Amino acid sequence: MKPRRVLAIARKESIQIRRDPRSLGMAIAMPMLLLVLFGYALTLDVDRVPLVVWDQSGTPASRELISRFAGSRYFSLKGYVQDYRDVERAIDSGETLMALVVPRDFAGQIESGRPAAVQLLADGSDSNTATIAIGYAEAVVQAYSRAITLDATQRLGARPLNPPVEMRTRVWFNADMESKNYIIPGLIPVIMMVIAALLTSLTIAREWERGTMEQLISTPVKGPELILGKLVPYFVIGMFDVLLAVLMGEFVFHVPLRGSLLLLFVMAAVFLVGALSLGMVISIVAKNQLLANQLAMILTFVPAFILSGLVYAISVMPWPIRLVTYLVPARYFVSLLKGIYLKGVGLSVLGGEAILLVVFAAAMVALANFKFRKKLV
Amino acid sequence: MLERIWQMLIKEFIQVLRDPKMKGVLLVMPVAQLIVFGYAVTTDVRNVRTAVYDLDNSVASRELVSRFASTGYFKIVEYVGTDERARELLDRGDAQIVLHMNRGFEDDLRAGRTAQLQVLADGTDSNTAGIALNYSAKIVGEYSQSILNGRALRLLGPVRQPGQVRLQSRAWFNENLESRNFYLPGVIAILVTLVTLLLTSMAVVREKEIGTMEQIMVTPIRPFEFILGKTVPFALISLVNVVLVTTVGVLWFNLPVRGSILRLLFATVLYLLTALGVGLVISTISNTQQQAMMSTFFFYMPSMLLSGFMFPIANMPVVVQWLTYLNPMRYFLVIIRGIFLKGVGFDVLWPQLVALAIIGVVTLGLASRRFRKTLA
Repeated sequence: MKPRRVLAIARKESIQIRRDPRSLGMAIAMPMLLLVLFGYALTLDVDRVPLVVWDQSGTPASRELISRFAGSRYFSLKGYVQDYRDVERAIDSGETLMALVVPRDFAGQIESGRPAAVQLLADGSDSNTATIAIGYAEAVVQAYSRAITLDATQRLGARPLNPPVEMRTRVWFNADMESKNYIIPGLIPVIMMVIAALLTSLTIAREWERGTMEQLISTPVKGPELILGKLVPYFVIGMFDVLLAVLMGEFVFHVPLRGSLLLLFVMAAVFLVGALSLGMVISIVAKNQLLANQLAMILTFVPAFILSGLVYAISVMPWPIRLVTYLVPARYFVSLLKGIYLKGVGLSVLGGEAILLVVFAAAMVALANFKFRKKLV
Repeated sequence: MLERIWQMLIKEFIQVLRDPKMKGVLLVMPVAQLIVFGYAVTTDVRNVRTAVYDLDNSVASRELVSRFASTGYFKIVEYVGTDERARELLDRGDAQIVLHMNRGFEDDLRAGRTAQLQVLADGTDSNTAGIALNYSAKIVGEYSQSILNGRALRLLGPVRQPGQVRLQSRAWFNENLESRNFYLPGVIAILVTLVTLLLTSMAVVREKEIGTMEQIMVTPIRPFEFILGKTVPFALISLVNVVLVTTVGVLWFNLPVRGSILRLLFATVLYLLTALGVGLVISTISNTQQQAMMSTFFFYMPSMLLSGFMFPIANMPVVVQWLTYLNPMRYFLVIIRGIFLKGVGFDVLWPQLVALAIIGVVTLGLASRRFRKTLA
């Protein structure tokens, strides 16, 4: 391997990149767009769940319960309905997600000391939102029920009772439980995977398709030199994207960075080499841009998004799928970044993930070199 | 004219399907992906890894812990004895939650004081943590209420019991609140959109880049016929794809189909036309396949994120919510979830269909205008 030839290829490739400012611009704008979207627009946090109420009871007791719902920041009272058909229509059309039905004998039941049931009808199609909102509703009702018991004992002249058990919650690593604090660091691997694969997956296929590969074959450049030379400029773009993402996380979104910045960049470099080489392998195998394009998207973006543990927790997936996630390198980098950013832990805890990333990068580089043949057929 | 379009169709099919790898990518990959992702897309919170740090180790504290364990939401992974060990488990992610009770938990309960349970949660995944804390609060609340009832009983006697309120919740359309039912239609939509967009966005620019566009220009084919020839094959391939993926989704995952399949098919054709339109516009404004690919992704990614596939649109800022009205995938998701899960018909879904039709006409119109310029 001669550095001069590697540099020559790298130079040729960077000139080619510079002459297509639109693609280059998109490679840099894309991470920013993603980060802005996730930072400002996308959240799984649930609040202000729209709620309609059907108050059949119409008593001070039922109004007290309803006002507890209205006062909670998790619900937003959309109005009152008078019959079941209205409830159905409101949920069908998506106007409301939940309906609270207070039965006619609500106050009477409470007076007579029997348990009164209120009904909560929820649109379960978005099960995540529904689960969380039902949880909130249960908390509201529980608090109300407890207040009744405490009130009753007090009214009857007894010594006031203390609530028996109190739950104190302490959340570590992400005290405000903001989803952006884990989504933003977790996004970096997805961005890098996609950008890397988009950029390199066409680079060799293009040469074949346009016929310029013959020119390259007639030069003394060797396979590994060609691959390395082609990686260099894209590596620079990729690392620039990482830098951009880290800076935006710090200054725009104020995501706490508790661990080592150096470790972050070293691991990013390792991951990037692997991702770029994966794109290169795709390009070498496909030999035409249409196929390379399809393969790159299918093999990188969607898996990096769904199987990396960024949005969907890996621990609840069935075991065969958990096995598949071990093949998704973004998975390791996502947990590395969550660890570095939020927990501030280092290699002592994350060593396993780091080693697997190195293995992935080495395997991809080797595969690219193995698959590439400097021959015309 | 029909003859020319026919020839064009044959050429396109040969070109797309000549590479056996391409057939695999178009027909096998989406099904394989659906199966893998179908299992992966779930936000159900079960088996939260829980460590117990019980310094009291009394009947009462064990009773509370067993209430956690018996719900199925929590899985006790370890009983720890020190702060350090609890911290270590959270650091490594081996535990997501630690239940901590200090010495004197039971004594406090007996004496009528307020006993404390401390719950330490790993907040890195705030969604899971939030749901797990919700469940914990419910368990603790019920436990607390049962003790309170006992006390009230002793104080007031059985006759003058205060009433209680219970919540009975029922989820419509998805009784067991399985998140898979919600996400699967979305996975179908994103997979099909991806294939369609990638195919069409390369369609015209490919001829330009390889130089075969000149050959087409010397044939007697007219711009209109050329557009049809470029659209119909991809529309057909995508439609086959939809049918294939949906069938697998229904048969493999038991996705409920509550509405009419015919209506679903009609809406899908309408949606595919908008996707084709977008793909063709990208193809006509790009000079190289690299540009087309980047532009496709630039469109696809935000439209997937802003469609309500994973992130509810209602949670987005108002400005972004307006933006989502431009997104065809948004309407398609409402339609396919509506038909699959709610079983609603066009009387509810017509606004979405109208919106899709408008977007389709606009994008296809734009594409054919740009085409005429390239070909003129």
